Order: sequence, then structure tokens, then C-alpha cells
Amino acid sequence: MSTATSTPTGTGKQPGGRQASHKHSQASKRGRVQQRWLPWAFLAPTIVGMGIFTLLPIVASVALAFFRWDIISAPTFVGFDNFAEVVQDPTVRVSFLNTIVFVIVAVALQLGLALGLAIMVQEKLPAWLRVFFRSAFFFPLILSAASVSIFMRYLFNEQFGVVNWLLSLVGVPAVPWLTTPGGSAAVVILVYVWQNFGFSFLLFVGGLASIPVETYEAASIDGATGWRKHFYVTLPLLSPTTLVASVMAIINALQVFDQPYVLTRGGPGDSTRTAVMVIFESAFQRLEFGQASAIGVILTLIIMAITAAQFRLSKRFVFYQ
Amino acid sequence: MTLISERVETTAPVVTRKKRDWSVVGRVAALLIAAVFVLGPVLWTLSTSLRPPSESFKLPPAFLPLNPDIASYQQVFKQLNIVQLVLNSALVTGLIAVGQMVTAALAGYAFAHLRFRGRGALFSIVLATMMVPAQVTIVPVFMLIRGVGLSDTLLALIIPAIPTAFGTFLMRQYFLGLPGELAEAAAIDGASPWRTFRSVYAPLAMPGLAIVGILAFNFHWNEFFRPLIMTISEQNFTLPLGLVSLQGNLGTGSISVVLAGVVLSMIPALVVFMFGQRALQDGLTAGTGK
Repeated sequence: MSTATSTPTGTGKQPGGRQASHKHSQASKRGRVQQRWLPWAFLAPTIVGMGIFTLLPIVASVALAFFRWDIISAPTFVGFDNFAEVVQDPTVRVSFLNTIVFVIVAVALQLGLALGLAIMVQEKLPAWLRVFFRSAFFFPLILSAASVSIFMRYLFNEQFGVVNWLLSLVGVPAVPWLTTPGGSAAVVILVYVWQNFGFSFLLFVGGLASIPVETYEAASIDGATGWRKHFYVTLPLLSPTTLVASVMAIINALQVFDQPYVLTRGGPGDSTRTAVMVIFESAFQRLEFGQASAIGVILTLIIMAITAAQFRLSKRFVFYQ
Repeated sequence: MTLISERVETTAPVVTRKKRDWSVVGRVAALLIAAVFVLGPVLWTLSTSLRPPSESFKLPPAFLPLNPDIASYQQVFKQLNIVQLVLNSALVTGLIAVGQMVTAALAGYAFAHLRFRGRGALFSIVLATMMVPAQVTIVPVFMLIRGVGLSDTLLALIIPAIPTAFGTFLMRQYFLGLPGELAEAAAIDGASPWRTFRSVYAPLAMPGLAIVGILAFNFHWNEFFRPLIMTISEQNFTLPLGLVSLQGNLGTGSISVVLAGVVLSMIPALVVFMFGQRALQDGLTAGTGK
């Protein structure tokens, strides 16, 4: 493991190496000489790895979007054809639309649930109960989305599933969860939110803990109680946390794959096909690598635009103490 | 941005009122209902995996494993090469975790305590790579792996996952929390910078490294997307992939067997959860707080 640092790598050439008068004082000259390449030796595994597995692939992906390539024959340059085809492809369109609907509903549910529960946990509860609830809500995050989707498939079974049994107790007739477009979409959202709300919950608990007690005391002196207190004190002071939580929730939701793949394989029809799923299908099932890259580029641009918009909007709605 | 120390202990006032506060009772009730919905499906999974397959779909459902029957677990070992799957998952996850700990420690230390030209710019680039969705890079990475003849091997899963932007960020934060004077003191004692890192800073950064390792373990043990793409033959499958294929092979007939596999796959995650819950929470929320 230590070998990586003992080899002066190709990146060892440090610009500005001639400057002998380094501000950083070292005990010996050996130390100074060693220090010139040492940082680069420390960085080499990470930087080289990221260059090969992240930066290069980004460039390659953008370039590939302009080619037609099925791996077998030589790639041919097709300009913007891939983008044009992808934009007109009804399956791609539906999948992006599905993704957008999914993101809006799932993120709203996830953040709402997380915020509500975080406020309830934070207030006047014995410490052991707080620890219990925090662990319970965090728990699904440690499970694999594939495993979760497997057991959820059984729970949402139309005839024998526990969910419909529970609903029957309150008089609701059996819901065809996984066999109808609307039902499938609902299951994908519910399962995703079930597994992921704990993360936003943790962020909100952390954010709430950083609001000073005095703020609430001042508010109650001014006569604020109950929900007014939360509306006028908690929410504004929690807005930086809300920004971070929503940015992360949206970025993650835009990339949803495991749950719809295992729960529904995108069906029935295209009702639960997501953007990442069509990237997967066009690349690894139809071997249309150029088209897959084009879809990937479009998805990335959407993610970047949404994130940028959120930070822009946040200037108006986020209050820092 | 102090990270690890940002514990989420509450600062809510401790109210000692004689009168029973009904709003607290209502709140606890609501929280308990939420907890039942969160833990219920997992308990049902455990309970059903321990019942004979003929009773899998029995309603009302059982949430407690009374009269356990381990036949389904024996079936899992027959239907699925679960030993191979566990070994593959353990090897992939273990090597990624160790690899991330080593590389993130080195890079994080360099960004925190070593001086070199372009440090800020390089760190920004590392941070920016965190925002790139995996789906954008997966096609070129797949081709690269295929080009060097590593497709359908476990190495195809391990090597690309070792360089970690988040781990580097986390370790930089951690090392920044350790005083730079330690390096000066070590230099006066004649220690080389490498020696200073290995004998002084690295041991002190063990808690931070544990977080990087636990996060890597949790994420890659559960990973589905990359193994689905990178592996073709069943002997190279990891656990989540094996379970999904088991479900496909068995149809809906013997769900106890599928669920037994699911439970088996959860055990390592549970162990990590019990011992590393705090570290996991800190790691996930690191750098997100203000």
C-alpha cells in the first residue's frame, strides 16, 4: 500500500520548482528537495485515477454523442443526429417526463416527511427515544435498493400483498399496484421515498440542532406559539439546510434506476421507464453507444441547470444567521 | 466547515412540567407509526423468510418469527451459489474500501498540509467530479475496461471505484482539523515528510479513515448499477445482482427462499450499521451542514 508514494511518478514535475526560497521552512535540505515531488506522489493515485475514470470519460462521452457506434464496426461521425433522434424518440421523451414527475413527487414527499419528522423528534423528547427514532428512520439507507425492491414487490402484490391487506382493513378494495401504469409509478415513488427520506431527515435534524434556543425564547416572548413558531422561526432559519437537502435529493432522484429496474423493468408499457434506464437500455441492450451518450449529456445538462437554478433562487429565499 | 465534530445533539430546552403534555404524546404516537412503517417491511421480510414456503403469503401477515423454520435458508444455498456471491461482494467491497482509505488519506493530507502550485485549482476539480452523475461516465468506462480486457472481471468493479472525490474531501477536512504544528515538531525531530504523515498524522486520522471505509462499504456492498453492466457471468455476480437473478429464476412461487437470500445479504450491512452508525451518519452529512 505504501508503494504508491515511494515511486516518483510522471506527474512529479512541479511547476516553479526553481524557486529555492520556499516559504515553508524545513529542517534539512533533504526535506526541501523531497517536498518538491512529495505532494504529487501523495496525489498521484487519486488524480490519475480520476483522470482516467471520470475526466476522460466525460470528454469521451460528449465526443461519443456525435458518433454512431455499436462497438463492432468503426464509429461514424453523425453530427447532431443522435440528439435529434433522441429528442424525437417517444420512449426517451416519456422516460424524461416520467423522471421529472418522479423527481417532483418523490422529492416533495421525501423533504416534507423528513422535515415533519425531524421537528417532531427534536422537540421535548427523551434522549433515548430520539436515538431510537433517528436509528429507525436511518435504517433503510443501509439496505441495497435491489433487496428493498425485491421484498417490496411482494408487499405490493395485488392479491396476497400486505399493503392491500392493510388497505382492506379500512375498506379499500384491492389496488392493482404493479399491473397498472399509475399503480406502478406510485409503488416506485413510495419505495424510493421509504428508502431515502432518512437521509434528508438526518440533514434536517442537524440543521434544527444548530438553531439557538434563544431564538425560540425570543419568539415565545413575542407571543409566537406552536405552528406559528415553526413558520416564522424554524423554516427561515432552516432554509440553508433545506437548500442542501433539496439539491441533494433532486440530484439523486434524477438518477433513479435500481428501484424501477427491479420493481417494474420500466413497465407496464413505458410508465416507469426513467432517464437512466433508457441510457442503460440503449447502450447495453441495443448497443447504440452514441445515442446513450447523447441521452447522458442531455441528462447532465438538465441536472446542472436545475442545480444552478436552485442556487440562484436560493439567494432570494435562503437566510443565513 | 468543521465536519466530524458537528454532532446532531439537540439543543432543545428540557421542559419539566408536571402537567402531562398531550402534544408530546401525540408526537410520539405519530413518530411510532412512522417507525412501524419503516421497520415493518423489514420485520415481515425476516419473519416470512423463516416460515415454510407454503405459508409465505399467509394473511394476516406475521411480523414476528414464531416457530422458525430454516428450510428456506437451506434452499438458498442450493439454488444460488451464495458462497461465491458473498466472496465476490466481500472482495469487491473490501478492496474498494481499503483502496479508498489509502488514496483518500494520501490525497487529503496533501490538500490539507502540503504546499504546492495549483493546490486550490486541483482541489476544485476534485470537488467538481462529485457532481458528475455515474451514468454519464459509465459508457466510456465500460469501453475502457473492455479495451484493456478486464470486462466481466471483479477488477472492472474495483479499480474504477477506488479514486474517491468525496473521500478525499472528507480526509482533507479531517486533516485540516489536526494542527500543522505537529509537522513542524516532527521536522525538528528530523522526521521526513513521509515519515511525518505515516507516523504522526495518519494514526491521528483513523476516525476519519473509518468513516471513509464504512461509507465505501455501505455503498459498494449495495451497488447494483455498475455490477449489472460490468459483469456477465454468474460466477462474477455480486450479492444484489445474484438476488435479483434468483428472484427471476424462481418466479413468485417460493418467496421465502428469495427473502431468505435478501436477509442473508443484509447481515453484513446490519453489522456495519450496529458498529458504525454514528460514523455513517457523520460521513453522509459531512460537508452539508453550515
